[in-house]
Amino acid sequence: MEAALSLFFKAVFVENMALTFFLGMCTFIAISKKISTAIGLGIAVLVVQVITVPANNLILNVFLKENALLEGVDLRFLGLISYIGVIAAMVQILEMFLDKFVPALYNALGVFLPLITVNCAILGGSLFMVERDYTFGESVVYGFGSGFGWALAIVALAGVREKLKYSDVPQGLQGLGIIFITVGLMSLGFMAFSGIQL
Amino acid sequence: MINKAQREVLVDPLVDNNPITLQILGICSALAVTSSLKTALLMAIALTTVLAFSNASISSIRNHVPSNIRIIVQMTIIASLVIVVDQVLRAYAYDTAKQLSVFVGLIITNCIVMGRAEAYAMKNGVGMSFLDGIGNGLGYSLLLIVVAFFRELFGSGTLYGYEVMKLVKNGGWYEPNGLMLLPPSAFFIIGLLIWGIRVWKPAQVEQPDFKIHEQHGH
Amino acid sequence: MSLIRDFLDMPNDSTQKTVIVATLLCLVCSVLVSGAAVALKPIQAQNKALDKKKNILQIAGLMQADKTVDELFSQVEARVVELESGDYAKDIDPNTFDARAAAVDPTQNVVLTRAQDIASIKRRAKYATVYLVRNAQQQVEKIILPVSGYGLWSTLHGFMSLSSDANTVTGFGFYEHAETPGLGGEVDNPQWKALWSGKQVFDEQGNIALDVVKSANPDSPYEVDALSGATLTSNGVKNLVHYWAGAHGFGPYLEKARSGGEL
Repeated sequence: MEAALSLFFKAVFVENMALTFFLGMCTFIAISKKISTAIGLGIAVLVVQVITVPANNLILNVFLKENALLEGVDLRFLGLISYIGVIAAMVQILEMFLDKFVPALYNALGVFLPLITVNCAILGGSLFMVERDYTFGESVVYGFGSGFGWALAIVALAGVREKLKYSDVPQGLQGLGIIFITVGLMSLGFMAFSGIQL
Repeated sequence: MINKAQREVLVDPLVDNNPITLQILGICSALAVTSSLKTALLMAIALTTVLAFSNASISSIRNHVPSNIRIIVQMTIIASLVIVVDQVLRAYAYDTAKQLSVFVGLIITNCIVMGRAEAYAMKNGVGMSFLDGIGNGLGYSLLLIVVAFFRELFGSGTLYGYEVMKLVKNGGWYEPNGLMLLPPSAFFIIGLLIWGIRVWKPAQVEQPDFKIHEQHGH
Repeated sequence: MSLIRDFLDMPNDSTQKTVIVATLLCLVCSVLVSGAAVALKPIQAQNKALDKKKNILQIAGLMQADKTVDELFSQVEARVVELESGDYAKDIDPNTFDARAAAVDPTQNVVLTRAQDIASIKRRAKYATVYLVRNAQQQVEKIILPVSGYGLWSTLHGFMSLSSDANTVTGFGFYEHAETPGLGGEVDNPQWKALWSGKQVFDEQGNIALDVVKSANPDSPYEVDALSGATLTSNGVKNLVHYWAGAHGFGPYLEKARSGGEL
């Protein structure tokens, strides 16, 4: 339990997907104008991350690992394509599931769901899981933590941007330029979490 | 040899329509791999290769791809190309590839690749799509290399591993700026670069959502 | 020919065509991917093995520019040690044994309790590969131990080289870590690594005495100066040295080596 909690906090703060590894930056910057949409996207990422990281952990352990499927067969080179396949399929299934059973949430998330397939935070989560040899239990916690961390970061950025639009920014820096610098400052702030161990 | 349209496709994404500074595509890797020129260069080559060939192959089958499986078809092609590139790098550039770790794999979800496939390769011929891939790849590479140049020079006093400014710890004069090696510095450099580009090309300046009214003095 | 014509003329959204396109695509891609993977595998394996040998040689201070890695590595012998007893495990082939893979395999690893786990590695393999460097008279000159432990951001993986008394450090370094460049990343600084040479791991009573401390006394055989501005990385390095030299690491093995056991 303690180890799980420590892993969770590490995934949220110390190794924040968006602000320390810069994953999912395209959507992070493109869809953070308003807090409400940022929350929607954040939840969508969280849900997909919680499902796909453990799912890919199973794929790795059951099929791809050396000697897992057949003695002497190492299929790890198929990793990338399987993970992205799982992610694309999960997103599609989730979309259909929400459409049928939770239409309210589907309407709220609708636009963002397809975008998630190409969100590198999702694939990155799975790849880090592989690189760090997480067990199944750890991968569930890591999936939740990293998704939550990403959601937290995008909501925070949206909050800053909602205020930022009333400020007088030099002409050339308006829009993208100032956002980059804002995100840089935020990530500098997140560096303060480094080294925290629970 | 190269006609005007072809040149435009190649040169346009360098500054006028740069994938990173204007289209907001493919930022993730631009930040993570730019702490040294070597990794940035390898990443740039890997991405340009994947982009050019994915554009060409997607364009070559564009008329026969059923629209309902379009995305997954593109994804499969891109993922296969990325795996091939990843395997080649591991075989022939082992040391640098190790430093790039997961970021080669993340080319799959680099929005430049998907973005160009959707926006250009699905509508244009094979040759032009290939050139568009190279052009956008070069635009991405240019930015990566500029950022990496500053980060490596000021962060470690070296360029491509060669000592340019002798460090204090080696008996020289330059005390390296550690911030430059930390990821946030990439944001600052790109932010300032965007500013620079937009001062040079004011057409790229974004319209503010909210205008502050000038106060008129009486 | 007409078959291909028919296929190309099919309406794009028909189920048949969808299935055929998907199948063909999978076929082409799988051939491409598997082809590349199979063709390049030998070179990759070679790179990996070479990289590891290079790391070991570098830390043992055996690198010479005019000789190939394989030539130099011929004086190094790999042996697998059972950590708990400190004996050599003769039935395990050191060339195929992979301690990092074994550490996450539930049948081959030991999960450490919080009190044992001072290096924050959570679990370790039951066995570990040590490397013995022999001189021209076939006597063991150096014992190279693989070590790992958590620093500030990442797990540091490295080697520690001891002389044949299993006590004096002859070299120390990491081949893999992701510590803050310029601060914790200074574990790679050759000047800092040089501080370790000649230090003693154990005191006369056989207790672990080697420590990483701020403003260390350079004449003390048990103190290494901590990295400035990187307290947590320095602590991590200290902890991993203590762990791997201790009872749950190579302690029993080193104990036997010190009391004149077979090397």
